[in-house]
Amino acid sequence: MSSRKVVVTGLGALTPLGNNVQDFWNGLTEGVSGAAPITKFDASKFKTQFACEVKGLKVEDFIPRKDARKMDLFAQYAMISTDEAVNDANLISDKLDLDRVGVIWASGIGGLRSFQEEVTSFAQGDGTPRFNPFFIPKMIADIAAGHISIKYGFRGPNFCTVSACASATNALLDAFHYIKSGMSDVIIAGGSEAAVTEAGVGGFGALKALSTRNDDPASASRPFDQNRDGFVLGEGAGAIVLEEYEHAKARGAKIYCELTGGGATADAHHMTAPHPEGTGAARVMEMALQVSGLKPEDIDYVNVHGTSTPLGDVAELKAIEKTFGEHAYDLNVSSTKSMTGHLLGAAGAIEAIASIKAMEMGVVPPTINNSELDENIDKRFKLTLNKAEKREIRAALSNTFGFGGHNFSVIFKKLED
Amino acid sequence: MSEIAEKVKAIIVEKLGVEESEVTLEASFTNDLGADSLDTVELIMEFEKEFNVSIPDDQAENISTVGQAVSYLEENK
Repeated sequence: MSSRKVVVTGLGALTPLGNNVQDFWNGLTEGVSGAAPITKFDASKFKTQFACEVKGLKVEDFIPRKDARKMDLFAQYAMISTDEAVNDANLISDKLDLDRVGVIWASGIGGLRSFQEEVTSFAQGDGTPRFNPFFIPKMIADIAAGHISIKYGFRGPNFCTVSACASATNALLDAFHYIKSGMSDVIIAGGSEAAVTEAGVGGFGALKALSTRNDDPASASRPFDQNRDGFVLGEGAGAIVLEEYEHAKARGAKIYCELTGGGATADAHHMTAPHPEGTGAARVMEMALQVSGLKPEDIDYVNVHGTSTPLGDVAELKAIEKTFGEHAYDLNVSSTKSMTGHLLGAAGAIEAIASIKAMEMGVVPPTINNSELDENIDKRFKLTLNKAEKREIRAALSNTFGFGGHNFSVIFKKLED
Repeated sequence: MSEIAEKVKAIIVEKLGVEESEVTLEASFTNDLGADSLDTVELIMEFEKEFNVSIPDDQAENISTVGQAVSYLEENK
């Protein structure tokens, strides 16, 4: 591997807890739930009637109306969070070589609402096709990366990663490699998702993947709890400016931390269920440590995939035991999905931001809603239950796993002076 | 201005996000109102929907200004 080092110089977040990084972080440390009854459509006939939606967003404050109407909500989310990250990084200047700036933007699904509306309208007609010319370019999952490049003129590598709920971590790892190899100096990496639609809630509901705790949405996402009953659908976006270290230093950028590497594996087991022993999850964390040149003891915090499903949470902890040995009980683990819900293809982006902020602030965000630990979980784990904890974090690992058996991990580490 | 012209104007304002005052009969969708090729296709579709007509592709190619759209719709509605 080359000696080029990859660092984080900008963050942007649009989440169910807050519409920028500061509000997101405040919500995380206060242990706030982003879940509430669905406002985007009438869910009264659905088994699950709540979700973690983005709140109080006025898209027209960020994107001119004539551009916004050619974008699905997931692309609008991408533009808004990228704007925050690019500003945070103070990236735009005459000296920036736009050919050396890329965009790798994830979405697990893409423009689901656009797809749903166009197909519904066709089905209700007399068979004459009257598809809107913007239907396909609004729907396709890669279009967010395209829109970002057009707005800023970033002419480097540009594409979308699609690996279900692991998509955004996939984007971060790809971005790492593009910078490391010398193909780019800066990559805007992240992901966005806007699947709180009839098709999204109905589809995940049919898989029995969603919590149905309609009487108390705020306590529905309860990773590691004995009474968890599925994940809570979330939406939003996270954007991270990744930059080659010397490039960042030369322009005097604020550097949050280093992205030291990551791993990618497959379970090769089942379409939607994780491997019960978490073998693919253990291997991906081991790979991330190896690529990063780190030992298990170097990791102080693991932001788990931890979606609050009966199988997944236990399998992931088994994997952590396998990878970290005795250190598994010394590091802090938390599932921020207990607060944000599951942002699918954007999850890895906002969870990377949670990990980076945790390291910056020396605070581990909690796993909320825990009243009775699952009896299959070893009590020695530090699961950061219900309350944020102060802890000096030297390095943090973030996991995401996706339908299809995709596993991704990335590791962020404090920069050594 | 005719009722058809008023409706055409409203569709253009809505779809292209332009000011009403810019939508003169002489205005070209692409040169004056900032439409690209996809916007133009969408406009034609909206006219078809609003006025319940079918505009064949070879006819649609000749509609590039507000005035041409109004005339076509007045003649074919």
